[in-house]
Amino acid sequence: MSEKNVTAPMKRHMGLRTSRAIGNSLIYALLICISIIWLVPFVCIVLQSFRVELKGPVGYVIPKQWGFDNYVALFQTDFPRWYTNTFISALVTAMLQTIIVLCMSYTLSRFRFKMRKPLMRFMLILGMFPGMLTMIILYRVLKDLGMTQANAVPGLILVYIASSGMGYYVSKGFFDTIPKSLDEAARVDGATRFQVLKKIILPLSKPIVIYTILTAFMGPWGDYVFAQYISFGTSSGMNVAVGMYRWLNKDQIANSYTMFCAGGVLVAIPVTVLFLCLQKYYVEGVTGGAVKG
Amino acid sequence: MKTYTDLEYLKLSKGQKLLYKISRFFCSIPQKIIGLFAALWNLIKKGCSLVKNEAVDIWSTFVNGDWKTKVSFLVMGFGNLARGQILRGLLFLLFEVVFIGYMILSGGYWLSMLPTLGTKGPEEVYDFVLDAYYTVYNDNSFKILLYGVLTIFFIIAFIYTWRVNVRQNKLAEQILAKGKKLKSGKDDLRSLVDDQFHKTLMALPLTGILIFTVMPIVFMILVAFTNYDGAHDGYYSNLFGWVGLDNFNTMLNWNVNSGGSVQSYAATFGEVLSWTLMWAFFATFTNYFLGMFVAMAINKKGINLKKLWRTVLVMTIAIPQFISLLYVSKMFAKNGIINGFLMNMGWIDQALPFWEDPTWARITVIITNIWIGIPYLMLITTGILMNIPADLYESARIDGANPWQQYTKITLPYMLFVTGPYLLTSFTGNMNNFNVIYLLTGGAPTNPAASSAAGTVGYTDLLITWLFKITQGAESQYYLASVVGILVFVVVALISLIVYNVLPSIKNEEDFQ
Repeated sequence: MSEKNVTAPMKRHMGLRTSRAIGNSLIYALLICISIIWLVPFVCIVLQSFRVELKGPVGYVIPKQWGFDNYVALFQTDFPRWYTNTFISALVTAMLQTIIVLCMSYTLSRFRFKMRKPLMRFMLILGMFPGMLTMIILYRVLKDLGMTQANAVPGLILVYIASSGMGYYVSKGFFDTIPKSLDEAARVDGATRFQVLKKIILPLSKPIVIYTILTAFMGPWGDYVFAQYISFGTSSGMNVAVGMYRWLNKDQIANSYTMFCAGGVLVAIPVTVLFLCLQKYYVEGVTGGAVKG
Repeated sequence: MKTYTDLEYLKLSKGQKLLYKISRFFCSIPQKIIGLFAALWNLIKKGCSLVKNEAVDIWSTFVNGDWKTKVSFLVMGFGNLARGQILRGLLFLLFEVVFIGYMILSGGYWLSMLPTLGTKGPEEVYDFVLDAYYTVYNDNSFKILLYGVLTIFFIIAFIYTWRVNVRQNKLAEQILAKGKKLKSGKDDLRSLVDDQFHKTLMALPLTGILIFTVMPIVFMILVAFTNYDGAHDGYYSNLFGWVGLDNFNTMLNWNVNSGGSVQSYAATFGEVLSWTLMWAFFATFTNYFLGMFVAMAINKKGINLKKLWRTVLVMTIAIPQFISLLYVSKMFAKNGIINGFLMNMGWIDQALPFWEDPTWARITVIITNIWIGIPYLMLITTGILMNIPADLYESARIDGANPWQQYTKITLPYMLFVTGPYLLTSFTGNMNNFNVIYLLTGGAPTNPAASSAAGTVGYTDLLITWLFKITQGAESQYYLASVVGILVFVVVALISLIVYNVLPSIKNEEDFQ
């Protein structure tokens, strides 16, 4: 009698364990599938960048003839110029945009002034307008200022950073989590608001500062619309996205598809390496600030 | 419509509850509209009383003020200067001088041209000295509109500053009457890093937003009421004028067909809008649920290498979208890798029309968007999932709940509760998701009935890509693009308004009972 009583729960326990093992192996299978799906395009792009025999799109992945021809060909086009343009605008944008965003989000998180609520509501409403619409006029204004076409880089930077104050949500969410009592204690001790920011808040905000820099740096690499507008028709003012987009046009793709792959690899490497190094902060920023809004 | 008490409501079945809630919502619409008008009326009343109060205050400041204050009404900053606040006084004075100088030199001209937007176009003028014709560009409507808007902004700023100047005089008189000291220039500067630090911090960001967002938006809204397009912006003509509501009529009237296409703009707008909403819905919710699912799979107890799985997924965020999207779009092409693979395996004889068939293209776009979107959602939901108290699951398990029940009763309500606002922003963000559509399909396949000489419209075009195409088309109908932009704003604002109105009730409902 007693034997039965002992084995029944044990059996159930064993059953539970096997069912969990089955469940876990199913999940492993799923995760492996997902990983393959997510990695296939990147593997393909790398493999095709080394293909020599044909320069157009083909139905197979592994090259029949390997070589660095496509990378060499890249440097005979305007690609280095586009790359420099993008890199410079990304670097400058990252610095200036971070300052602007942090100023804005810190203010909206910490100060209570009369116009605060109306200001935030106003920016919310502004954000509902399609930003692309403003491009038409910004292009004309920048053109009058001589910041388009060949001189597109400063114009582009200006456009990127000018309205970046509206993207304060994520970092404001982060600042909201730093206890206000810290500020107040310092204020009681006679620190000015500026000193509070410099000596107390900023040292605590490393993750969000890095997150902001990272996202601001990555933005210009992927921007197509604004860059296309501002560099309109002038190769030397283009960024990588605009320049390389043309390689996939109907009349060019047969000759430059593999070159696009090679360019894509060169563009992706620095951004990806940087991103993977700072991934921890990115995740913190996304999970900490993004949802609270 | 019968209203239930709380107790009666709780007795209803699930379907009845939902029906009840939906019908309540629709029944409350007239009430809400009345409420909106009431709020508007209140706002107008408030504005009127504000103006009245300000006027009374200004008048009393003038009548009761001393001579320094009185002079300040004309010469801004005079009161400050006379009372020893040199820095403030100089700033006020400088602003006034700049303003008057600007208005005389050019502001007056732009303002006077604003009602007509210019009347004299470019003309050929004979030059006797050079014995040749050359072109004189007279009025330029674009510049008139642009600088007209700028001038109006400037005037508003001036009126505001003038008001501040008057108020400061009044305050200064009061302070001096009490026998206290006024703030010196040094105090002012010091307060900019202390009490008034927020002004210092926000000066630059807000100026940027004002010049590069607010002003262009005002300009583009005005363009919707003009006939500004490529033909009115160039060598032969740089004049355009006000046309009232004509453009809205062109865009929204089913009977007007001035685009040269088979169907009216209104029909095209309807088609594009319905696909935009469909796309936003699917793009948001497929990503949301699949992303949550993947996050839960990775977080599950007993799964190893969590970091590796996450890193693999996160790679798609790191690689610039134009590379991954353009590449994926070529993978699905007729001669792309995927069709090639399927044909090599002998599973299909003919290439699948991923981008050629409207339905195929729409589904492929949504699926590709899942590939792009899951990593973000995985990151976001991972953080929230970890925050769900573990004892909730514990007690659910003891009560005999299976995983599905645990998901629907604990995880999902919790997630919806926390991510409600995020879902809304991601929905509106997807409505304006230019990159994914433009880089993947460029709007293709073309919708022949909707396309015209002015530009092609495709089955996967969103309103935002359509807008872009209109500005890029042969005729560059900026006025139509502005109309579309304004309509996008209206749609987004409406959706946000409705969701915000409904959301709190959902939240309270699904909070843990």
